[in-house]
Amino acid sequence: MKYILMMHTKGTGPYQIATWPKKDIQAHIAFMRAINKKLRESGEFVGAEGLSGPDQAKLVRAGADGTPVTDGVFPESKEFLAGYWIVDVESPTRAYAIASEASAAPGPGGVPLNMDIEVREVMSGPPPDFL
Amino acid sequence: MTGPEPRVERLLREHAPQVLGAVMRRYRDFAASEDAVQEALMAAAQQWPREGVPDNPRGWLIQVASRRMVDAVRSETARRQRESVAALEIGQVVAAASVESAPDQDETLILLFMCCHPALTAPSAIALTLRAVGGLTTAQIANAFLVPEATMAQRISRAKQTIKGSGVPFQLPTAKDRAERLSAALHVLYLIFNEGYTTSVGAGLQRLDMASEAIRLTRSVYELMPGDAEVAGLLALMLLTDARRLARTGPNGELVPLPEQDRSHWDRSQIAEGVALLTATLARGSVGQYQLQAAVAAVHDEAARHEDTDWPQILALYSLLERMSDNPIVTLNRAIALAMVQGPAAGLELLASLAADGRLANSHRLDAVRGHLLELAGQSPAAVSAYQAAANRTTNTAERNYLLTRAATLRESQSEATLDRD
Repeated sequence: MKYILMMHTKGTGPYQIATWPKKDIQAHIAFMRAINKKLRESGEFVGAEGLSGPDQAKLVRAGADGTPVTDGVFPESKEFLAGYWIVDVESPTRAYAIASEASAAPGPGGVPLNMDIEVREVMSGPPPDFL
Repeated sequence: MTGPEPRVERLLREHAPQVLGAVMRRYRDFAASEDAVQEALMAAAQQWPREGVPDNPRGWLIQVASRRMVDAVRSETARRQRESVAALEIGQVVAAASVESAPDQDETLILLFMCCHPALTAPSAIALTLRAVGGLTTAQIANAFLVPEATMAQRISRAKQTIKGSGVPFQLPTAKDRAERLSAALHVLYLIFNEGYTTSVGAGLQRLDMASEAIRLTRSVYELMPGDAEVAGLLALMLLTDARRLARTGPNGELVPLPEQDRSHWDRSQIAEGVALLTATLARGSVGQYQLQAAVAAVHDEAARHEDTDWPQILALYSLLERMSDNPIVTLNRAIALAMVQGPAAGLELLASLAADGRLANSHRLDAVRGHLLELAGQSPAAVSAYQAAANRTTNTAERNYLLTRAATLRESQSEATLDRD
């Protein structure tokens, strides 16, 4: 079963990596790389992406004539999606374990950030007898 | 997914464009021929390691591709009850030996020109070139760009439709168009190289080495057109840039900027080849953009230490380039060279005019260079904010990490109030 693990960080909270000391930035990056490596080695890795900053984000919807209407930017939003993993695991318990490990990524001073990771199962195709 | 053994794979890639050229000459239909050759290559990748490489590999591939072509036309005909399929009239598979007797070196070039057709977007031209000229499978190309195989297959198929719709005949462009088409083709090769060079950072995934693939393709174009100065210039540029590859990333995939690279890890033989190529080319007179960029790379490569870099020469080269092309990135590079020759203030002044120009307004590079020059000028707080602004904007993870670390280092040295600058 596939799960998406969405890493939410506070727009103005502790995930302000640009203001951290160098060794903490490096530790954080190394931690994230290590998680991805472990997931690849365990055969659970499907995909992972980091997103560019929320200050570049736009909300888009179709206008009356079908042309895009954009809204934004939202640098001060309370929470934003910083990145995600998609993993293929045996059980929901395993997905939660991975999420919890990622949540504890080190922040300033090496203290775990314990970020919110939203875990959702990815919809799968219908079973064969459904077709 | 495991590929064929390297020796077979190399053989297949070498033969791919000529096989496609031969099949196309017979059937005319680029899109269908390209599919047929792709199938033949995949069949060979499976059979040859098991049963041995045939005595005439190219003939084998042409024969198998031709059969596929005929099969495809027949089944299409049967399905649609269509009668006017001209290709069927010449559907007999010609003995491989007779095809072999007419090797046409120009075919690789014709194919390259087709794949780099101006009607195509850059990503489409790149994908098609890698497949039709490079002999790579759709799966390998998809993997290199980290997109699903079905997406890449669709991109390639649409590109072929676009070419078909444009009605370009399978022949070398006329003398009038030739220079323009060649420059479009070289640009695509340059983009393939850059794609490989900038994404080779980290990850450690089993991905196709696109920088090496670009060098291989450019080398084959160079062998066909040894007299063209820009082809030689582009090959030299790739060799001289790629020579620094090993020194360019640290143990954890982090970017190492030029001044901090361990130059003992630069590939000396590749530098020697690039310099020799460039020297021979420059001696012939006409100077183009790739030659100038290669010359800049050569100046860097020839400096034993970063402090030994001949910045006045780099500045002169960028000034020439700037006159040749109206590209703000060239001006950005000239600003760095200017700062190294006349001091950071001069560079920053040039950056200010570049910012006013607006074309780089949304690029992180302007801020990244500004940060660098401000750091050189000792204006640490301003440099930190410029690096951070650049880090927020870049969409390359390795580059973002580099900029963040750079800003953090500067902040720390500021707070320690040590002015021990390198």
